[in-house]
Amino acid sequence: MSEWVFIVVGVLLTAAAVMALYRIARGPSILDRMIASDMLLTTIICAMGAEMVYNGHTRNLTAMLVLAATAFLAAVVVARYVSRRGSR
Amino acid sequence: MNLDLVLDILTGSCLVLGAFLSLAAGVGLLRFPDAIARMHATTKPQILGLLFILAAIALQDRRWTTVLVLLTILVFQMLTAPISAHMVGRAGYRTGVVAPGSLLVDELERAIEEAQRDVVEESPDDSNPPPR
Repeated sequence: MSEWVFIVVGVLLTAAAVMALYRIARGPSILDRMIASDMLLTTIICAMGAEMVYNGHTRNLTAMLVLAATAFLAAVVVARYVSRRGSR
Repeated sequence: MNLDLVLDILTGSCLVLGAFLSLAAGVGLLRFPDAIARMHATTKPQILGLLFILAAIALQDRRWTTVLVLLTILVFQMLTAPISAHMVGRAGYRTGVVAPGSLLVDELERAIEEAQRDVVEESPDDSNPPPR
């Protein structure tokens, strides 16, 4: 497969990750940060998949599986904490 | 035009589409006004973008064991993404992150009022005070 496909994919994923990091840094509330970090984790899973296609191996599958299965725990914990303590 | 070339083109399109959905979610995360709208944007790569990337992997590595793991990843993501979205949306509504004017229909407000009225009506007869 030609190189430029992977260059485009890398640029798009990097831009998405940078935007998520900006939202994590800026806030304004802790829930916005949590949503942004969820989205950053999704971008990381997608990047791991794209890397497997580029290098032609399947070693990242287990990590992708674990991340997909446990990514929701952080959001649930933070949401429960916020429900009791207030927004900021 | 042989099979490998067709599969490579399909794989490339799937990868670019999945990455583009991630970028769209990033733009929505930056530009949308409140937490619920941002959550709406970030759910796009969570299922569909991941589906495209997984389809690209399956097209390149056509073995049953790989496809089975990929299906498991997709099922786990589809099971757990709604849980976190539900909890975050609920917490956002109750802590006032959502702007009240931005909702056209608000069914949760009525439900919360009814629940609180039930607690107030029951409390004088109860020997135990209601949990706060």
